[in-house]
Amino acid sequence: MQDIVFRSEVDGNDYQRAGEASRHTKSALKRLGLPPEIIRRVGVCMYEGEINMVIHADGGTATLTVGIDKIVIELKDHGPGIPDIDLAMQEGWSTANTEAQTLGFGAGMGLPNMKRSSDEFKIDTVVGEGTTVTMTIYIK
Amino acid sequence: MTVSELAEKMELEVFCLGDPEHGIDSAYCGDLLSWVMGRAEMDNVWFTIMSNQNVAAVAVMTDLSCIVLTEGVKPDEQLLERAKTEGLNLLGTSLSTYRAAAAFAKLEDSPE
Ligand SMILES: Nc1ncnc2c1ncn2[C@@H]1O[C@H](COP(=O)(O)OP(=O)(O)O)[C@@H](O)[C@H]1O
Ligand SMILES: [Mg+2]
Repeated sequence: MQDIVFRSEVDGNDYQRAGEASRHTKSALKRLGLPPEIIRRVGVCMYEGEINMVIHADGGTATLTVGIDKIVIELKDHGPGIPDIDLAMQEGWSTANTEAQTLGFGAGMGLPNMKRSSDEFKIDTVVGEGTTVTMTIYIK
Repeated sequence: MTVSELAEKMELEVFCLGDPEHGIDSAYCGDLLSWVMGRAEMDNVWFTIMSNQNVAAVAVMTDLSCIVLTEGVKPDEQLLERAKTEGLNLLGTSLSTYRAAAAFAKLEDSPE
């Protein structure tokens, strides 16, 4: 079987509609008939990543690759980058602004959630250039 | 218990019942979306005061059985719209989150 690739551009200006890409991807995965628990984990990873691209990085590109034994989610942005990854990974640490907070974002739980919901989790970031978060979920 | 049974027993206001026969397994209370994303479990009832459309996205992503807006909060227009298009269950109560969750816990414990 060939890998199936879904790519979506995430609009960095629309806080209200953030999550669109994740929702489309989730319905696509359902149509592929993947196990519900796998789809749920992909959904959590992708949604948190998408929200981060919207509230911290002015948008980016989400790419999801479905292979025979794994799903790889790549979230790439050209935002400000993350100066201190260890700090960013701490539960509760957030630089989200009040607009994001009013909408219920900015709990500082996104990156920890993504790490917990994936089997492999990697952040590549350069301050001033951007961030790429790559997550792998194995299909058992 | 199904969502329609919950709605009836707790006398919830129905904003949208896209999937009334959805089975319920426990509940989660919270207003910080990432906290809910990380902690709520599949088929939970979600008690919250948040009423914007991101609530729908969280419910979809985490496969919750229904959203119950507490404290008399009404969904904003986009949330209601989203809930309808996604076929979600969106309910409401004038009870506080604490009172609503306590009432739910009682129902959960009582024999059918
Ligand atoms: N794509 C990103 N670009 C720049 N900074 C980011 C990005 N993702 C996360 N961060 C930084 O890491 C912090 C923690 O992220 P997260 O755990 O998702 O919590 P939250 O989004 O609620 O702030 C953010 O507040 C932000 O400072
Ligand atoms: Mg986040």
